[in-house]
Amino acid sequence: MPERDEPMIEPVPAPLAAPEPVVDGGEPAPSFAPSGATEPAAGAPALARVPAAPREVDAAWRRVSPKHVVVEVVGSVIGSGITVAALLVAATWLDFPLLAWAAAAVGAMALVAIALEPRRVRSIGYRLRADDLVFRRGIMFQRQVAVPYGRMQLVDITRGPVSRALGLADLKFVTAAAATAVTLPGLPLEEAERLRDELVALAESRRAGL
Amino acid sequence: MTDTGRRARVRDLADGEWHRLHPASPLLRGGLVFLAVLGFVLANLRERVVEVFLLLFAPVAPEERFEAPAGWNGDWAEDPIGGIVVNGLIGWALAGLAVVIVLVIGGFHLAWRMHTFRVTSEALEVRSGILFRSHRSARLDRVQGINVNRPLFARLFGTAKLDVSVAGQSGNVDLSYLGSAQADRLRADLLRLASGARRAAASDAGPATAPDAAGEAASGTLAARAGQLVGRRVDEFRAPELDPSLAPPESVVRLPLPRVIASALLGGSMIWFAVLVAVIATGVVTGAPWVLFTFVPAAIGLVSYLWSRITKSLRYSIAGTPDGVRIGSGLLSTANQTIPPGRVHAIEATQWLLWRPFGWWTMRINVAGQSLTPTNDGVQRTLVLPVGTADDVRRVVGLFVPDADDVLAVRLASGLTGSGPSAGFTSAPRRAAWIRPFSWRRVGLAVHGGLALLRRGWLVRSAILVPLARMQSVAIAAGPVRRALGLASLRIHTVMGPVTAELPALDRPDADAAFESLAAESVARALRDPGERWGVTADAR
Repeated sequence: MPERDEPMIEPVPAPLAAPEPVVDGGEPAPSFAPSGATEPAAGAPALARVPAAPREVDAAWRRVSPKHVVVEVVGSVIGSGITVAALLVAATWLDFPLLAWAAAAVGAMALVAIALEPRRVRSIGYRLRADDLVFRRGIMFQRQVAVPYGRMQLVDITRGPVSRALGLADLKFVTAAAATAVTLPGLPLEEAERLRDELVALAESRRAGL
Repeated sequence: MTDTGRRARVRDLADGEWHRLHPASPLLRGGLVFLAVLGFVLANLRERVVEVFLLLFAPVAPEERFEAPAGWNGDWAEDPIGGIVVNGLIGWALAGLAVVIVLVIGGFHLAWRMHTFRVTSEALEVRSGILFRSHRSARLDRVQGINVNRPLFARLFGTAKLDVSVAGQSGNVDLSYLGSAQADRLRADLLRLASGARRAAASDAGPATAPDAAGEAASGTLAARAGQLVGRRVDEFRAPELDPSLAPPESVVRLPLPRVIASALLGGSMIWFAVLVAVIATGVVTGAPWVLFTFVPAAIGLVSYLWSRITKSLRYSIAGTPDGVRIGSGLLSTANQTIPPGRVHAIEATQWLLWRPFGWWTMRINVAGQSLTPTNDGVQRTLVLPVGTADDVRRVVGLFVPDADDVLAVRLASGLTGSGPSAGFTSAPRRAAWIRPFSWRRVGLAVHGGLALLRRGWLVRSAILVPLARMQSVAIAAGPVRRALGLASLRIHTVMGPVTAELPALDRPDADAAFESLAAESVARALRDPGERWGVTADAR
């Protein structure tokens, strides 16, 4: 299915977008202004690392392909289908009706999850900013991560069978911290490869140590 | 052996040529175990062996000779020596034993001959293995720390183990064993090369071995040389740091022995110990012997853990050198660790509830190259202050953060014991009490001078410093509960280690603002960071 997706830049209501620091209770708001970042870096002019040409900042969150919903749905259908089938087989063999109820519960939960899948996929968003990539996802459990380009050790493209049939790919970023755990799922393959090359180039130009 | 061996001792190991390890290393690495096993077997068979030899060489009637080991009842497994004697296989047995010993010694020797290393200006390379050759190479600009360990046995032989940890999981390269003085010299050379400073400028800084060589050449008689050797061993034993120019002048922290012992007794493991003792006591009283078998080993393990903790805290020293922070410890087996500048990814000072009346803290750090599973060695490597006062914490932080100023000291003091929105901290709102009923007042964040300070914990107070130049990424997250309360948790991702830089709850707008500013400042700081070659930028400044 090689139909091309449009570049998916569209304004998304951004619940996690940074608002102004709020002054609460009238006391002066604690300043998070990067005290060192604003002052000129005159102390270390000998460093050869010149900041690379600034990248244009994404104005809005980019979304992943809506077709990624299919990948997620197929995954959860297979997973919960196997569980339900196993429970039902066990229920008939062992003559233990409680297991049948458990199977029904698993099935119902899977249905709810599948119904919410489009919203979950819509909540996945990323933004390429001047010096870092911001990734966010989740409706119940929201998470937002900023990864500086210079920290990326590895950019990995993986494709499962369903994603491959749909022409999608997952892009995984690896830093020296295992907890970073940023994976951009459901990008059209061409977009994923372009993004990978761009990110590798950005990482190279902003390379910092560990 | 005499001439070449002596030359090898003074030779510069970091000259780019291939070198071998200390000749005693096979013995120290595995030979001692082999000897111990052999000794154990012989000790167990002693009576039989003595009996056999008595029979062989004592003037006994010939017909008695083969009758005498009468205990033998045709069972080889029961009494192999009796079987050998009765069947007249003594010659074969001795020959077999000799072959085995020769093979083992030859194998050890061959392994020693094939185990070589060299230091180039780029990397430390190690080749080893007889049948399966391995060639490891550790890039010097990725060196995260150099440890010089001297286990008791190695110290008796005047040797030391050099352990170079590199970024990457289990990426350690160890050279065991080297001559004690050589190990110190090689460490200094490795650090100098890793710093990027030119070797030519550095090579005149190593006169320490020259008088040693001269003294040795002058020594004439065997007795004089032996006396010198003993004297040197004693000197080495007294002073783990041999080269005075390499030894740190003064440790910034002193650990009095009573504090070490008292802190270990008041540590968290003591509660387990009390529980174990109670269980064992009830077991004895109620007469349930199985309790003893299950819990006594655990109690012994705990005691040995406490003991090792205490002995490793003895003679503890920490000091700054131009090539990084040097931490030494140990009474009989000594360990000595050097962490080059810019390798620390997070610092945490924690204080357990029972330590609070005394104002004691313990400090751990995150460095790259930590293995996934916490090994004993790794725990030792990340513990930088076993137990110290708040002043000690400030001094140790000063070593790791060279440009610490008064503001940071104020922030740190608040981070250790303060609470609420004081000293530049952004603290969690009252709503956070729903999530952290005890510690919500303590939860707070401050950013100063390229460092993020995280403050949290009531039962276990904790203050965490993260150099933003080495922050990997930053995340905020909120589940349903936190969202309903208008809160979010903040986590700064660093390389793996004992320190997890996470704040459980911040006001949502504060968390968002912190997210943005941390992300921006970490990029700016990373660009200005001197990076791996600390020596180059030090010259350029």
